[in-house]
Amino acid sequence: MPMPDATVTSDRLVVHTAAPAETQAWGARLGARLRVGDFVALCGPLGAGKTCFVQGLGQGLGVESPITSPTFIIIRQHPGPVPLCHADAYRIASGEELEDAGLTECLRDSVVALEWADQVPASWPQDFYLIQIAFDNDGRRLELSARGEYPTQVVSELADAYSGN
Amino acid sequence: MDHIHLKVQTSVVTPSDNLTLGIETSCDETAAAVVRGGREILSNVVATQDDLHAVFGGVVPEIASRRHTEVVTMIVDKALREAQVALADIDLVAATQGPGLVGSLLVGVSAAKGIAISYGLPLVGVNHLEGHVMSNFVAPPGQPPPAQELFPTLCLLASGGHTSLILMNWFGHYKLLGETRDDAAGEALDKAARLLDLGYPGGPAIEQAAAGGDPQAIPLPRPRIEGSLDFSFSGLKTALARHVDEHGVSGTGNVADLAASFQEAVVDTLTRNVAAAVQQHRVKQVIMAGGVAANQALRRSLTALGRSRGTPVAYPPLELCTDNAAMVAAAGYFTVQREGPSDLAMDVFSSLPLTH
Repeated sequence: MPMPDATVTSDRLVVHTAAPAETQAWGARLGARLRVGDFVALCGPLGAGKTCFVQGLGQGLGVESPITSPTFIIIRQHPGPVPLCHADAYRIASGEELEDAGLTECLRDSVVALEWADQVPASWPQDFYLIQIAFDNDGRRLELSARGEYPTQVVSELADAYSGN
Repeated sequence: MDHIHLKVQTSVVTPSDNLTLGIETSCDETAAAVVRGGREILSNVVATQDDLHAVFGGVVPEIASRRHTEVVTMIVDKALREAQVALADIDLVAATQGPGLVGSLLVGVSAAKGIAISYGLPLVGVNHLEGHVMSNFVAPPGQPPPAQELFPTLCLLASGGHTSLILMNWFGHYKLLGETRDDAAGEALDKAARLLDLGYPGGPAIEQAAAGGDPQAIPLPRPRIEGSLDFSFSGLKTALARHVDEHGVSGTGNVADLAASFQEAVVDTLTRNVAAAVQQHRVKQVIMAGGVAANQALRRSLTALGRSRGTPVAYPPLELCTDNAAMVAAAGYFTVQREGPSDLAMDVFSSLPLTH
């Protein structure tokens, strides 16, 4: 069972963002590289900017419909060149309920971004991207990591681009 | 098609009854209702915890299409029984087809399709948001509905999942003037309740905690999007989170002040955009819908706004603010008059814009 901190085996990328637009820009950079079936787990406290990051992810994927918090809707689907399934485990007690709500089907035909993913670790697929966001003075600390061959490669590429290699 | 073809088979009801069975399963609630002539609520049933326990024997899935599946038939039966009608008396079946959780929507729409096919009835898909608007135009027999037929009417729909300003030019004729860009108003209240450890459901908990608190105690932002009637509540939520992070929460008095300050910021933000929309669109009436419409501070604020502008303000009773099926039946009735019934193969939609 994947757990947020323990099982990350790849390179990781840690950045500081000063404004929501910067958090979104990192989402867009990642989104542009994602493929159908990719799973993005988002963790961080209330107000950290998880939805903000997913809004950027949607831009990177080419999704046009507005992305808003899915907390009460649970799963919102956004059509696009690479469709996005935006899910939220905030109100969910068990992964079984999230699967019942259609999470597994979503992974077949879209990218899945799951907010409050740490609430349902058993629902994570084998490969995943993990985005951990924390308050950091006036801005945010973003940590991107991954498990699996392709996700690890993507995070390394982003890390290389960021460090100018 | 301009009218509904009646199919009345018993002596209990008369041909003018035009009975619509409404089914709502778009999110958490499983609900069914019988509405006469698109206006009179004969029954309005939402599955209660007792109903759920009767079916599940104690372990109720929190959020699940399975929960809807197991309960929907029972709730439809209950709605028919309370209305004292049989399925054979029904003239039209309406079900919410979006927006909402696809798996949950499918349960209600499939149940509606089954009834429509078995009884040879027209079927109509309803937009959940239009349903909320229509909750202001229905009432039990002999009672006037909350809203008058004054158009254009402006509806503030505010709930856990939605925050929208809808201009209604006539039944079925809507224009979306603004909506939230991030969190819904009800969601912001719910998350503030969690930050303040007030329990669930958060909206009523915040309202209760705010009583006796000073709404000016803590300065919180009133996020505004220039040149737009859209809303944004995530910055407000973050401001409270940061305040709690830095200062902590100390004592009941402090919680009351924080709750009151937060509630006031939400109410101010909603009221400001309603005021702007009233002015920009020469609105003749303001109505409210969604769970947040039950908030007394919001009702007071919009009522005061209406008084100062000479604009009547209406809101539905609590059971029609939250998700229900009477609103779905009413919206379905008017949709069929306008557009005819939906195809029996109709689909459900996670996102479904309000059009016309």
